Formats: sequence, C-alpha cells, structure tokens
Amino acid sequence: MRSLIDILDLTTEEIEELIKVAGDIIENPAKYSEKCKGKKLASLFFEPSTRTRLSFEAAMYELGGNVIGFSEANSSSAAKGESVADTIRTVGYYADIIAMRHPKEGAPYVASLNCDIPVINAGDGGHNHPTQTLADLLTISREKGRFDNLVVGFCGDLKFGRTVHSLVGALSRYKNVKFVFISPDELRMPEYILEEIEKKGIEYTETTDLEGAMPELDILYMTRVQRERFFNEADYIRLKDSYILTDSKLVNAKADLSIMHPLPRVNEISRSVDSDPRACYFKQVQNGKFIRMALILKLLEV
Amino acid sequence: MVIDEIKNGIVIDHISAGRGMVLYNLLNLDSLDSSVAIIKNAPSRKMGKKDIIKVDELISLNFDILAYVDPGITVNIVRDGQRVEKFKPTLPEKLEGVIECKNPRCITSVEQELPHIFKLADRENHVYRCIYCETKAKKQKWEEK
Repeated sequence: MRSLIDILDLTTEEIEELIKVAGDIIENPAKYSEKCKGKKLASLFFEPSTRTRLSFEAAMYELGGNVIGFSEANSSSAAKGESVADTIRTVGYYADIIAMRHPKEGAPYVASLNCDIPVINAGDGGHNHPTQTLADLLTISREKGRFDNLVVGFCGDLKFGRTVHSLVGALSRYKNVKFVFISPDELRMPEYILEEIEKKGIEYTETTDLEGAMPELDILYMTRVQRERFFNEADYIRLKDSYILTDSKLVNAKADLSIMHPLPRVNEISRSVDSDPRACYFKQVQNGKFIRMALILKLLEV
Repeated sequence: MVIDEIKNGIVIDHISAGRGMVLYNLLNLDSLDSSVAIIKNAPSRKMGKKDIIKVDELISLNFDILAYVDPGITVNIVRDGQRVEKFKPTLPEKLEGVIECKNPRCITSVEQELPHIFKLADRENHVYRCIYCETKAKKQKWEEK
C-alpha cells in the first residue's frame, strides 16, 4: 500500500493529477461527498496542530468518511512509552488510512514500515511536511497557473522550516525556477538541500536583505521562527523578530506577487498585509483541505 | 617480521595504516577462536605504510563494513594455502547496524530498538544518510586523521 512520507514520493504527473482532482472537488463538491463512505481516517497527532489536523479531519468528513484518533501524545499510549511501531500496528487494525504528525524526524516512515494501510506524513519535526507542500503547490497553480519560470523567495527560518525544504524539493523539478533564500545567518538553508539544488543546476541566491530581494520575486514564502525547534530559548528570542513583512517592505514588489505563509504566524506578517490582494496565505489554508481530499481519494484508491 | 602463512582463511590487505584495529573491533574479530594477526604499519610500495589483518579461518565477513571503513582495501580468500579469490569490496547501498544516527531530532534517538540504517546518497563523496531523518552520517573517528 502506498504512503506519502516525502513530497518526492509523488511524481510531477501524480502531483498534477492531484491538483486536477482538487480543482474538480472545488467545482463539484457534491460529487465527492460519499466517496469515502464507510472508511476511517486515523488522525494521529503526537504534537499539537490546529490547521493540519482539522484540515485532514474536515477533508475526511467532506468525503463522507469518519475520523478516529488523538490530538496529543499525552492522550495516547505513547505517554506510557509505547513505540511508534506498536501504536501503528494497532491502529492498522482499526482504520483505513493514517495521517500522522510526530515531533521526531522519520517517525511516519517508521509507521509506514509497520502497517498495511497508507500513512500520510502530516509533519515530522523539522523534516518533511508533504501535504503542506501539496497545499502550497495547489495555491501556486491557482495563483500563477504554472510551476516553471518563477522566482521564489523564501524568508525567515530556512534551517528548521520543513515546509520550505519540501516546497524547494518539489519546485526543483521544474524548469527555470530560481530560488532566493532570505534568512539570518543562523537560520540558513541546510547545506544538504543547497547541494541537491546545485546538483540539479538550479539557480539560487542567499541573502539577509528582504527588501533588496523583493523586486524580482514572483512568490514570497514567509515562515515563522519556530520556538519548538530551538533547544536554547535565548537563541529563539534573539532571532524571532528577524523578518517582519510590512506594507512598506512591499513597495517595490511586483504587482502580481503572491505572498504565502504556511501559518500559524506570530508577527512575521503584519496584520495590515492581510487586506493586500497579493496575500494568499488564507487561500493556502482553504486549498489545503481540498488537496488533502484529493490525496485521501488517491491513496485509498476510491 | 614473519607471520605464518595461513592455510584456509582471509587476508585483508591494503588497510590504511591505523585502521586495522578499527576493523578488528567493528568486525568482532575478538570473538573468534582461530588465530588472527594484525600487522600494523607494514611497509607498502603504494601506500608507504599499511595495516593487514589475517584470519586463519574462512569466516563470513561483513564486506559492507570493510568498504565503508576503508574503501581502498583488498580482500584475499585463501584455501589450502592458495589464494583463490581477490577483490576490492565496493561501497554498499545500505549500511545497517554499523554507524548510528547522531541527530537528536531523529526517531532513532528515542526508540532504541530501531535499527540504524543508512543509505548511500553520494557514491563519489562517500555520503551516507539516515533513512529516517536523512541526516548525513557524521565523520567517524577513523576518518578524522
């Protein structure tokens, strides 16, 4: 049974197919309202989440299916010291598909090795978050109509930002994409990702200057500096306000810039930007549910 | 220095000087009853100095470990006093239970029973990555010289 652990588990054709199905769901929701009747999604969240968990659960309900699960490790047997493998073997007997978030990197992969039903990685620490990437790709597709010939800026915490890593991986497969990585020195893109981009011959620049990079961007992907990824509180405090997007920083931006953010935000996008027509982050949330619906349909083969 | 020729066994030759003991330990050769010779700093035309390990028994060895620790080594298989096979092990696609992932965020850091498995990500530069968290295998102590 197929699982989705890393966005690169999907071919570009499969991603385009998911985007097409999501588009059809948006147009004709009634057509899909009973597709998963009698099926159960196990929503296993070992780490807190609002959007991703509710998005998966709403997606399953809108497909006519049901949801079981837990929303924090403390309310599962993990609190008693049960291994991921054992928890998953158990859940594998109750559900038809699993959406799993875990603070440790690789935990959903371990899950996929230990059950016969599809496992969707709903975020594993700072590592991967493929369904966020699918939501991002659906948003880019709907806003820009293409994945090639784009200059994409990523700003903020690029070191621990799993959504950034996954999206860079996915966009690296298209032609004439250029990346601009904007971050404080301490939160730069990990070298292994830069190596991979270089290997593919993709152009990229690294800078600390958000306003300087702004004019050439087609997409600006903002991220939050995540407290939970730091072992040292002092480092977090020092870096958390590195980049805050305000109206004045957008003065030299393109008229058709798309401003994206995986959410939740703290203060890195000023509230006044929300009313800017270039702001797309709440559309991303909406798109997230539709693409998860398409993904559940694909993995359950219904 | 003379070490008796072996009748049936394995000679691991062209080990980088200093890595003989590393291999001895990783291959668990101390658990054998048969004679094992470690020759350190033997003169070598190609390498200047090299280590050699001779095992007087045809045991099954993990050639993956050999190639990982020291890609330049040569393995000779001896039967009835004759060398019947000579080869250079190649870097394995997968390393299981040889090195440990050091990423404190990796699932292996909290679940001790998970096998530590690494995949070869870049053959040219000998890069291995953890199959769970994709972190690059840290340089091992024998590589630091």
